[in-house]
Amino acid sequence: MQTVADVVAVVLVLLGCTLALVAGLGLLRFPDVVSRLHAGTKPQVAGVLLIVLGAAIRLWGEPAMWTVLLAGFLQFLTAPLSAHMVSRIAYRRRHLRRDLLVVHEAEPPPPPPGQPRGDEPADAPAPSADHGSR
Amino acid sequence: MSPGPIAPPYVRQLPLLGWLTLVWVLLWGTFSWANLLSGLLVAVLVTWLLPLPAVTEHARLHPWPVLLFAGAFLKDLAVSSVVVSWEALRPGGPVRSAIIEVQLRTDSDLLMTIVSETLTLVPGSLVLDADRERNVLLMHVLPVRDLDEVERQRASVLEVEERVVRAFGSRAEIAAVERAVRRERATAGGVQR
Amino acid sequence: MSVVAVVAFALLGAGALLCLVRVALGPSLLDRVVATETLLAIVTAGLAAHAALARDTTVAAVLLAVTLLGFTGAVGVSRYVGGMLVRSSDDGRDVGLPIAAEERASVERGAGADRR
Repeated sequence: MQTVADVVAVVLVLLGCTLALVAGLGLLRFPDVVSRLHAGTKPQVAGVLLIVLGAAIRLWGEPAMWTVLLAGFLQFLTAPLSAHMVSRIAYRRRHLRRDLLVVHEAEPPPPPPGQPRGDEPADAPAPSADHGSR
Repeated sequence: MSPGPIAPPYVRQLPLLGWLTLVWVLLWGTFSWANLLSGLLVAVLVTWLLPLPAVTEHARLHPWPVLLFAGAFLKDLAVSSVVVSWEALRPGGPVRSAIIEVQLRTDSDLLMTIVSETLTLVPGSLVLDADRERNVLLMHVLPVRDLDEVERQRASVLEVEERVVRAFGSRAEIAAVERAVRRERATAGGVQR
Repeated sequence: MSVVAVVAFALLGAGALLCLVRVALGPSLLDRVVATETLLAIVTAGLAAHAALARDTTVAAVLLAVTLLGFTGAVGVSRYVGGMLVRSSDDGRDVGLPIAAEERASVERGAGADRR
């Protein structure tokens, strides 16, 4: 019985570690900040979840089990917040490879001449330069 | 900010107090009355010194839909982790993504927050911005190869919303979403915007 | 168990190394924020993996601290960058930071060309 639980825990931990490696690869290969953020979410959410579950199985019955689970849960609460803050600013500061988008549904209308808003994306002031992205 | 019936301050703070006390007890790792009382003391102190804006809406919990929601979330998490992992591993050009606007059917701060948090937790979909007045989420989704996939992603976002509303919404909100779903089924095949 | 530990920490270490490469390459501040956050998540994962494999309970508190540090760090830096966004509102262009890297990259490789 003990060995079965151990094997399950070890498999969970190894899966989580694999996700960490894949996240590193994604971080290198994805083309812009927002896409890299998708890669970074994997170890933050799925990887940590798997490894924390493995740790909880291995530490079953000890007080530290609850601390580990709490850490995993806090990771769950905080990961979307920081991801959202980074992604929103990346979007507004034009950190997006717009030429790699299949669809961009929120393309802002061109501003009135001489009145840029400041939070507009890179290609807004020159709409004619953007037609390749469709 | 809907002006609902606002409970007196200490009733409103109760869930937060309970949560902070739970965190304290979990930090110690063992349950004891001394831990519970000291945790309660710390929680009161924290909420008194660092007050938060009041949450004017109550979360409701429908047990069975919450379980369905959690199960579907874990499944989404597993599936999209594999999908995004494959995008990181596969040979070939850079991954293609899309920015889409999704018209939600709920009109509630709390539900919109849960929906966005759930969507951002799942790799492959990310909420860039939320338009609270129109109830529109601006999302970045990945991987997307063609327009069909865009519509599939949009449909899955709306499914997440439906599950969230069924799990945490009030009766009126659930009814509204069910009406919207029926209307969409009636006009199936059309663009849902 | 030791073989498992070697494999697990090798995977984590490789992931962390790739994150460090992204931190070094940049090209923008936010890229580094994302990479650092991922690095901290991998550190969290490593601590949890150590707790699991060695049945070591002493790292649990460290785990908690690292979790919260990653969050506050990312939020702090992105608020800082967001503040610069407001300040650069005169022409919508970036101020002070070499941030137009993505745009430069897409111009160099031929903007709008279909690369698939």
